[in-house]
Amino acid sequence: MKKIEAIIKPFKLDELKEALDKIGVKGMTVTDVKGFGRQKGHTEMYRGTEYKIEFRSKIKVEIIIQDEKVQEAMDVIADAVKTGNIGDGKIFVTPVEDVMRIRTKERGEDAL
Amino acid sequence: MKRQKLIAYFFLAFFFLCISICTSGKVLAASDPVGTATGKAADLGVDAGTLTIGKLADFVGHNTISINFMWLLLTGFLVMFMQAGFALVETGFCRAKSAAETMMMNFIVYAIGMTGYWICGYALQMGGVGGFASLGGGAALSKEITITLFGKPFGLFGGTGFFLAGASYDVAIFAMFLFQMVFMDTAATIPTGAMAERWKFSNFCIFGLFMSMLIYPLYGNWVWGGGWLAKLGENFGLGHGMVDFAGSSVVHCVGGTAALAGAIVLGPRVGKYNKDGTPNAIPGHDIPMAILGTFILAFGWFGFNPGSTLAGVDLRLAVVAVNTMLASAAGALSAMLYMWYTTGKPDPSMSANGMLAGLVAITAPCAFVNSISAFIIGAIAGVLVIWSVYFVERVLKVDDPVGAVSVHGVNGIWGCLALGIFADGKYGAGWNGVEGTVRGLLYGDASQFIAQLIGCLVCFTFVFVSFYAFFKISDLLVGIRVSKETEIEGLDIPEVGALAYPDFQTIVSSEL
Ligand SMILES: Nc1ncnc2c1ncn2[C@@H]1O[C@H](COP(=O)(O)OP(=O)(O)OP(=O)(O)O)[C@@H](O)[C@H]1O
Ligand SMILES: [Mg+2]
Repeated sequence: MKKIEAIIKPFKLDELKEALDKIGVKGMTVTDVKGFGRQKGHTEMYRGTEYKIEFRSKIKVEIIIQDEKVQEAMDVIADAVKTGNIGDGKIFVTPVEDVMRIRTKERGEDAL
Repeated sequence: MKRQKLIAYFFLAFFFLCISICTSGKVLAASDPVGTATGKAADLGVDAGTLTIGKLADFVGHNTISINFMWLLLTGFLVMFMQAGFALVETGFCRAKSAAETMMMNFIVYAIGMTGYWICGYALQMGGVGGFASLGGGAALSKEITITLFGKPFGLFGGTGFFLAGASYDVAIFAMFLFQMVFMDTAATIPTGAMAERWKFSNFCIFGLFMSMLIYPLYGNWVWGGGWLAKLGENFGLGHGMVDFAGSSVVHCVGGTAALAGAIVLGPRVGKYNKDGTPNAIPGHDIPMAILGTFILAFGWFGFNPGSTLAGVDLRLAVVAVNTMLASAAGALSAMLYMWYTTGKPDPSMSANGMLAGLVAITAPCAFVNSISAFIIGAIAGVLVIWSVYFVERVLKVDDPVGAVSVHGVNGIWGCLALGIFADGKYGAGWNGVEGTVRGLLYGDASQFIAQLIGCLVCFTFVFVSFYAFFKISDLLVGIRVSKETEIEGLDIPEVGALAYPDFQTIVSSEL
């Protein structure tokens, strides 16, 4: 199993969820996060004086998924959230050792 | 189920009974739905046959004074509500991590200020005014402490009315206390904005007493209590002396100047200035709160300015009210357009400052100018406040989170000078004991402008020096600034022991 963490633009969350529903993803975790990429934040004006916004608001979506589905899921995510502008986000993939469904104590892929 | 139905039927029946009684006419033959029949000679408690002209005149006099009392008290209640406006504006423009402490200062200044003003502030300010014509009384306030300079009397402060006790136990003196007290508390709450997010709460409490018991009352006496600035006309031929209808100088310039002195002694917030001296913006945490506060202030200003006729029967109050609202609109508009044009966005916080600046500026001249002048005065104020914010931040390098120095100090001065320019000679006959109406530079009386100039200079110098010394000395005695750790953590827990928003994560970073 793998964990896919996608950092995306907040307004793209609905589209992403729909797309992942379609390929049969059975669960997801969503968190409000802040971060920066290569452009390192940006500046805004308040009362005529500039200030730096170091971290932009993003949403982090985590899904745990079978190994063979990872490629498809990554493509679906990228297609769903891409705008073509900077700050579109990133997808990180990491291995996951085990899972347990708490109610039934099922383990591994059965618990997904 | 059955019981509920029964109750419903009962109410229905009762309802129809009421309607049939009300519409039957006969039963309520004594009612007066239009109001023209209510209020008769009999209501005076005398038989119309024995009513003399003298008695009738007494009744009319009493009614006139009653109208004035009502007007003064109701507008005073409106001004009291401005405390809420200040609390919202200042807290909204500050960060969430110190919001409870900023609110607490704005809240308790009402009680601290009132107590100090009751003890001796009112007495020092109004104790020598000699009575209030529009309230038909107050003659007990008769002792002004005076020195003689250049062969002329200089009234310095009043000497009766302490604790509203003794001969001051009088309805006119009480009514005027309420009205003057809420004005004083407006001045007292202005520095809390400029000094927010780093001012020690204990030091602030002492400040509240110093303002309400001494500095505000002294300057107030000189302009409104029959003191020496009001007499510049009578004694030295300068127009009508210093004229300030509702307090551009007495309230706003005093508050704004104290704010400047305090912000200088405190120094800027951590992270406000970079090593090279360039400023960083530190955005307020709740702009909607600040805008709501601005509206509450604008609403309260209908008490501040129109109430300052001190008389409900002085119908000039209509002109005052309209001038006040026009100037507020002009200030908001000019500030918004200026920001839009120069920065690309119609900055809401600066636009709010613009409205308040327009209000502060029209406060002195509101009764003496026409509507076109009022609009011009407000429009200038809206741009002036922005220039002043930039100047304070970039040149003086003084950190004023809410723009209090610019809104109240700079525009308070502008308002007083504007009176000396635009007063159109329609109003103010006999003002400060000088014959004729009040006229400004553009209407033929340059000496009025000079009186205004002197009044402003005295205000700024006296208040700045007093508060600079006060803050420096109080810093030695109790300290004025919280520790750096407290400031970075936010003042809420260290200073008042309560978080404004315990259920939310607030941003705490050492950078800002
Ligand atoms: N190396 C990283 N480690 C952890 N989080 C990252 C990293 N790179 C990006 N992120 C997260 O992803 C968000 C979006 O990144 P962003 O899309 O701006 O990346 P980028 O490399 O700058 O690409 P682009 O040039 O397309 O903007 C960031 O705000 C941050 O939360
Ligand atoms: Mg980027």
